[in-house]
Amino acid sequence: MSRPEHTAPPEIFYNDIEAKKYTQNTRIINVQAQLTYRALELLALPDEKTSFLLDIGCGSGLSGEVLSEEGHEWIGVDIAPAMLDVANEREVDGDLFLQDIGQGFGFRPGTFDGAISISVIQWLCNADKKCNNPYRRLARFFGTLYTSLARGARAVFQFYPENDHQVQMITSAALKAGFTGGIVVDYPNSAKARKTFLCLFAGQRDGQTQALPQGLSGEEGG
Amino acid sequence: MVRLLTHNMLQCHVKNCTNGFPLRFQDPVIEQHEQEINKEFLVNMLPRIDWNALRTTVDQLGLPELPAAVPENPAEDEAFLAALHRALMEVNIQSGSMVCPECEHVYPIRDGIPNMLLSEDEV
Ligand SMILES: [Zn+2]
Repeated sequence: MSRPEHTAPPEIFYNDIEAKKYTQNTRIINVQAQLTYRALELLALPDEKTSFLLDIGCGSGLSGEVLSEEGHEWIGVDIAPAMLDVANEREVDGDLFLQDIGQGFGFRPGTFDGAISISVIQWLCNADKKCNNPYRRLARFFGTLYTSLARGARAVFQFYPENDHQVQMITSAALKAGFTGGIVVDYPNSAKARKTFLCLFAGQRDGQTQALPQGLSGEEGG
Repeated sequence: MVRLLTHNMLQCHVKNCTNGFPLRFQDPVIEQHEQEINKEFLVNMLPRIDWNALRTTVDQLGLPELPAAVPENPAEDEAFLAALHRALMEVNIQSGSMVCPECEHVYPIRDGIPNMLLSEDEV
């Protein structure tokens, strides 16, 4: 299977046809929801409280709907206009932005209680235009994200790393921006159910150093 | 849609622009969308709200005025929370644009979605 991030930049790849697929294909919807629930679990937000969250690469709003269902307010950013149009048509509750995350965010310091991102950040590793330097874009992305998070907040990214080099490149950019944390792998021994999460902490929570959560184990899942 | 809650958190992200807040609305088309009030959330967000910026924006948009300062006990002030809820959560900017007060960059809003893309020399 070819990796979509190798075929075209995201704003081209996620065109009208691809965008519709994302809201009509039950399998995609279920996978996306499951990943979002797991990302929320890793965010470890306070119980019974409405949090203000950022959905990075919100697409057609599938993960945002889960965030709304769980009682949270959210802002979603995406680079693909076709996906955002679908999100708009479906009248999602979050505010939507057309944004290239590699250009960084303009949110004021301490805006968000947390950030999630489902199947997106591997796109940042590509240099799809001559001017796109992946290192610089990753640095700007993580740097401005760090600032926009409340102290002690977490950012959780599910992604599909292509190889170890990519994992290292992403992780080191995040740590350089000031985050702590690292990689959590669910079902590491199952080719099908294996999921990779980058789990980042923007500072301490309640004066405590935050510990990296355990990945799920066993052969089930998926 | 751009709610004023979101707008209050947003500043210009053009390179070397240091004073790009609050963004000024230009030719705004305003819609009101009723939403259930969540008092606890409003109270939690209050410390993050730039009150002067919110008042300026509300004034610019010709919306009902907000008090000069946040009351001492906002959680117990029903009238204040109701007004805050209407301003922050129910006002939606559907189209127009947001302009940076410093560098004048224009962020257009189409179908309620602001275009935050920058050109190469602005990154
Ligand atoms: Zn500016």
